[in-house]
Amino acid sequence: MINGSKINIEHLNLHIGNKHILKDIHVKIPEKKLTVILGPSGCGKTTLLKSLNRLTDLYPEVKTQGKIFNDNEDILHPKIEITELRKKMGLLAQSPYPLPMSIYDNITYGLRISGRRKKKYLNKRVEYYLRQVSLWEEVKDRLKDPASALSIGQQQRLCLARGLSVDPDIILADEPTSALDPVSSREIEELFLKLKQRYTIVMVTHILRQARRVADYVIFMYLGEIIEHGPAKQIFENPKNPITKSYIKGIYS
Amino acid sequence: MKRKFRVNRKLLKKSEELLFRVFMILSTTIIIMALLAIIASILIKGVPSLSWSMISETPKGGYYFGKEGGILNAIIGSLYLSTGATLLALVVSLPLALYINIHKMKQKRAVNSIRFILDLLWGIPSIVYGAFGFMLMVYLGLRTSLLAGILTVALFIIPIMVRSMDEVLKTVPKGLIESAFSLGSTKSETAFRIVLRQCIPGLITAVLLSFGRAIGDAAAVLFTAGYTDYIPTSLSQPTATLPLSVFFQLSSPIPEVQNRAYASAVILTIIVLIISITSRAFSMKYQKNKIK
Repeated sequence: MINGSKINIEHLNLHIGNKHILKDIHVKIPEKKLTVILGPSGCGKTTLLKSLNRLTDLYPEVKTQGKIFNDNEDILHPKIEITELRKKMGLLAQSPYPLPMSIYDNITYGLRISGRRKKKYLNKRVEYYLRQVSLWEEVKDRLKDPASALSIGQQQRLCLARGLSVDPDIILADEPTSALDPVSSREIEELFLKLKQRYTIVMVTHILRQARRVADYVIFMYLGEIIEHGPAKQIFENPKNPITKSYIKGIYS
Repeated sequence: MKRKFRVNRKLLKKSEELLFRVFMILSTTIIIMALLAIIASILIKGVPSLSWSMISETPKGGYYFGKEGGILNAIIGSLYLSTGATLLALVVSLPLALYINIHKMKQKRAVNSIRFILDLLWGIPSIVYGAFGFMLMVYLGLRTSLLAGILTVALFIIPIMVRSMDEVLKTVPKGLIESAFSLGSTKSETAFRIVLRQCIPGLITAVLLSFGRAIGDAAAVLFTAGYTDYIPTSLSQPTATLPLSVFFQLSSPIPEVQNRAYASAVILTIIVLIISITSRAFSMKYQKNKIK
């Protein structure tokens, strides 16, 4: 069914304090496809996504068991170089958080902390990544303006470009359109459809219609468990589990 | 019967509203009046004695009896002392504030204990810091000096500076910190390149607030910095400060000297005013990159 999986999650359990948030997650995420993690609010989708680049490290009282392999490298291994791991995954958050600096510096930040400082190179990269997210034409005359001056939709695309700038092979997106207007949301979705040819994209959403529009592969979660996963077509047209069925029919929202 | 009850309830609500409004207006008026009264009294008493020589000359005939000269020694002394103490406190406070907010963000309990300790330190009266500083000086064999004053005042403002910085750093959106980490930043890069930038306006305000506390405090410098008629030329010399010049001149039996105390108070107030206006101007200037 899946030829070439990018991320293998093996028996992942995650507790926050006494709460069992993720229950025996066991799934493979296909390479260069858009995988949607679908499910109602509070089912652990975001936590699962954040485990993938270990942002869960930032939260108190989090305990994880199990293994997550990215290209045969165990992400959860305590000795892993965490900054290198995170560079392999661009993150797009629920609402855009551009860095508190200019548009230009937002893109070059990741490059500069990796030691790339040549002006010519940076200029080229800025244009390249801004073009990738179709933002170049809109901002090319005001690259030195603070990123906070952009509209929310533009900020989110800037954040996507910033994520791409560290040359990841995975894009993690946590309900990336939830703060955006319909037009901006559509732009992000279209970008994802374009980018999935080169990146493995994992996107969390609770919007069923969005999942239908973009997903290649669907992981359906409910109360911390994976209820069902498979190719989008199969999940949407022929779900096996009764919970999935009722969610797809729109009984939970 | 039912109807009557309803009317009463309405009336009750209205009178409640009125009562609270009267209270609020009253308390606001008291605050504003107090502020105006303080400013008016030091202005009325101080301005007549205010002269160019007051801020450009050192005292002639001693600070206690002298009617001539000025308080340049105290102005310069206070600026030296507060600047020194603020810089010293900054060196300690900024790393500590960043450390508990970024590096230790996961250890909520440890961080909260540190905050609790700082709050306790904040609550200790400055005269206790003064006494502690004095004790330390005796132990180390130091004499009243600019250095001893700087150390004591720094100690006294560190909790204030750390906690005000801490409150600023707490407002950084978690999403911004996560974004920084997601780009492969280390904790220090996140702290110094992202969080610091985001918080610059608030941090400047925190520093200037601490500076204001440092320049206005009399008790911490009473035993440690001493008092003198001369402008200090080295860290080991005692130094005059503005709050103490107010204190000593006011306790003089001579009315002219007492009025000079009010003039010194005017000068001190103006300096503090300049600091708060500068801090506001700085915050405005650096606001533009901030992410809300």
